[in-house]
Amino acid sequence: MTEKLTARGIVQEEPLLWEKSKPGKTGFSMPRRDVDACALDEALQGEGPDFPNLSEVEVIRHFTRLSQWNFGLDTGMYPLGSCTMKYNPKINDRQAGLSGFASAHPLAPQHVSQGALRLLVELEQFLCEITGMHAASLQPAAGAHGELAGMMIFNAFHQSKGVQRTKILIPDTAHGTNPASAALCGFKSIPVRSGEDGILTPELVAELMDEDTAGIMITNPNTLGLYEENLKEIADIIHGKGGLVYADGANMNAIMGVVRPGQIGVDVMHLNLHKTFSTPHGGGGPGAGPVLVREHLARFLPTPRPEKQGDHYVLSDACPDSIGRMHAFYGNFGILVRAYSYILSMGSEGLKNASRYAVLNANYIKEKLKDTYFLPYDKPCMHECVFSDQLQKESHATTLDIAKRLIDYGFHPPTIYFPLIVSGAIMIEPTETESKEDIDRFILAMQTIAAEIQADPDRLHEAPQFTKVRRLDEVRAARNPCLTGC
Amino acid sequence: MRYLPHTEDEVKEMLSTLGKDSLDALFSMVPENSRFKGELQIPQPLTEWELNRHMDGLAATMDSADRGRIFMGAGSYHHFIPEIVRYLISRSEFATAYTPYQPEISQGTLQGIFEYQTLVARLLGLDVANASLYDGATALAEALLMSIRITKRTKVAVSRGIHPLYRQVVATYFKPTGYEVIEIPCTASGRSDLSTLPPLSELAAVAVQSPNFFGVIEDLQGVREATKDEKTLFVCCFTEPLAYGLLKSPGHYGADIACGEGQSFGIPQSFGGPGLGMFACREKYMRNMPGRLVGQTVDVEGKRGFVLTLSTREQHIRREKATSNICSNQGLCAMASVIYMSTVGGSGIRELARLNYDKSEYLKGRLRQKGYRIVFDSPTFNEFVVDFTTGFDDRYQALMEKGIMAGLPLAGYYPELAGCYLLCVTETMEKADMDNLIREIG
Repeated sequence: MTEKLTARGIVQEEPLLWEKSKPGKTGFSMPRRDVDACALDEALQGEGPDFPNLSEVEVIRHFTRLSQWNFGLDTGMYPLGSCTMKYNPKINDRQAGLSGFASAHPLAPQHVSQGALRLLVELEQFLCEITGMHAASLQPAAGAHGELAGMMIFNAFHQSKGVQRTKILIPDTAHGTNPASAALCGFKSIPVRSGEDGILTPELVAELMDEDTAGIMITNPNTLGLYEENLKEIADIIHGKGGLVYADGANMNAIMGVVRPGQIGVDVMHLNLHKTFSTPHGGGGPGAGPVLVREHLARFLPTPRPEKQGDHYVLSDACPDSIGRMHAFYGNFGILVRAYSYILSMGSEGLKNASRYAVLNANYIKEKLKDTYFLPYDKPCMHECVFSDQLQKESHATTLDIAKRLIDYGFHPPTIYFPLIVSGAIMIEPTETESKEDIDRFILAMQTIAAEIQADPDRLHEAPQFTKVRRLDEVRAARNPCLTGC
Repeated sequence: MRYLPHTEDEVKEMLSTLGKDSLDALFSMVPENSRFKGELQIPQPLTEWELNRHMDGLAATMDSADRGRIFMGAGSYHHFIPEIVRYLISRSEFATAYTPYQPEISQGTLQGIFEYQTLVARLLGLDVANASLYDGATALAEALLMSIRITKRTKVAVSRGIHPLYRQVVATYFKPTGYEVIEIPCTASGRSDLSTLPPLSELAAVAVQSPNFFGVIEDLQGVREATKDEKTLFVCCFTEPLAYGLLKSPGHYGADIACGEGQSFGIPQSFGGPGLGMFACREKYMRNMPGRLVGQTVDVEGKRGFVLTLSTREQHIRREKATSNICSNQGLCAMASVIYMSTVGGSGIRELARLNYDKSEYLKGRLRQKGYRIVFDSPTFNEFVVDFTTGFDDRYQALMEKGIMAGLPLAGYYPELAGCYLLCVTETMEKADMDNLIREIG
């Protein structure tokens, strides 16, 4: 009972929903019954699911309290590497919530869906313009879904040449989802080591590429935050053996208006609208992962495809070579509305400045912290920089300790232990929407933590100290899984 | 630009820290021949107020359920959404957080998703549910791939009563794999015809949807019996989870996996997305499940807490051997649906489902009285197929002009059902709306 009465400031304890439930309560305004009950075979009827019964105010308090245990982007700096946690403009939520969009039926006749179809067509055009690609599909619901669509396009392309290639090259600096996406299309991943300076060498790619290899999946800038300087040459090698080049565009935020992947040899790529194009991540999703292709692959894109015909917008199924449908309808439309609104608000110069400032901020952090933390690749970075805990190890403090201590200072930790090629990696991506003041505070926090490690490393093992819960027993969670409450 | 906080002086100061004289100099590692020299052809930036006007204009062209009477469901349903759902998921702590990789500062998302998993498992009558997949169609595709992994067989049987667009997505997922989909036809009463099943020993799964695309409640007991005593998995798909407020759950009938679309539970239709791929299975298949899972544990002080767990199934650890490539899911939609489920509550969900059933039966009855043929005589939930006969197109268009969408024409999906329409009635439709439809169809 005493545990139930404790609270630390305004961080309140809150039980699970069903622990609060009481028969007879309701939080719902039941719609009026204006028809009589009709017969239904008793054998089909169940007792109804065991959902909790709560009043409206109890539901509000429950989820408000839960929300207060969360750190969001609006709470503070969220430098999670490769996740591009930039500010999510609130005005774009308004646009997605407009009743004409929010209450639109996906199968309504096309002549009463013109606004939505026009938005799809124009967003595809904008994304093609930004990437230098020729055509796009907005159906994939997340980055990994876009990768899967891309791998299906690889597969369809090679099938159309009458061959079934079985392998795919994946560098050690690529995103973690890449091998799993390729495997779903039956490709065996062949790992490619990055060179000593953290980027791919054409020589090694040439050695591994052969006519049984479908192509390569490159993340550019890569997960070390480095630009793949040899990409053009690598693309020539891949194309020379009849393969295709896939670019994971999760890191597009570094190069808008600076590099157009479609012009440097990339054949297929995806974008993460919930990263580069500012849509909220929702604690796990929904995102959107459009797939884009060069002209010779447009015929393989998912269907249906939105098109402008004369003055009208239509959905076309007339694509016999298409890989088919990736989503029941047209993808996460509500997310697409937000990304479209973002692009219209930023304009060409705004997007280019976003990338410039993102790169400026990452390099500034790298420069300011490189004497404090080990920097495995000491060269100019793009939108993120990767440190490690090598200098702190002798004091028995690890990357995990540093991350947890940052929480006590009011920051979301960076991505940790990724990429795998850097032992104890600390991957920092500030994005362009952090002010210099906040970035300086983050740098100060990182420096303070390094000093604490020298003075009193045990203190770090106790971090975080001021959160709703302290460090959690993840081994226990996995060994005796409890995935549902009772 | 209001989203970019740096002043000119700050930019200069930061550049000088780096020993650079311009922003462009930051990109020195990009080879000259890879640089884009032009300007992106994107319209001049709009002010907040211009953007509002532009978007209002686009939205105004849409015939939405707020403006007309839309008797169309087919996998996207207009239900009332309590205002508190939108209000709560708009809280930035939920909306602007990433996937909960740091559990100490993500307990809100984690407990909420744990509660979601629990209520979904209860709804579907199964042991465990995941933290969501993209939508109902991809959830079905993932379920079938999972059954292939478990049984090591390469064929699945899929009912023709499953949403045609879901079956298209399954075909897309299967095409590069070489796995085979065998279609189960439907009987004259609109249920899956299990007498046509190939030998079970060949099949990884038998998949049906209930209520199916025609609104028909399938004979799930029959499916269980037809798949009994074999390794073959029984997959039950759905597009309308509200049906299980009234009907027995898939788990009651012994389904191994239940998967489908959760949009009906507090999520706007939004032209088809974002929706919510719900996915649940029996405990023995837990480790073969795709998607993220939240589990309960304790912290160093022994306090209850929640973490992402069983991640050894996932791509960032297992890479190409992962159970799926899914990373981002539909987290905020899952949160919306758990708020919806707890708001409507156990007694409310049954009453609401019953109201949906009774209203659609009312319209069905009125149409019958009027002499229209209800195509399938099996019991239905929310939706049913009516034969308006070929030549109804003009009338359908005329009704559109009056703000009435008289269902979904089925000819494009099922050529044998030319002239037939799939009609949907939920709690949002008043008796007067249905009486009006009856008058107007003449």
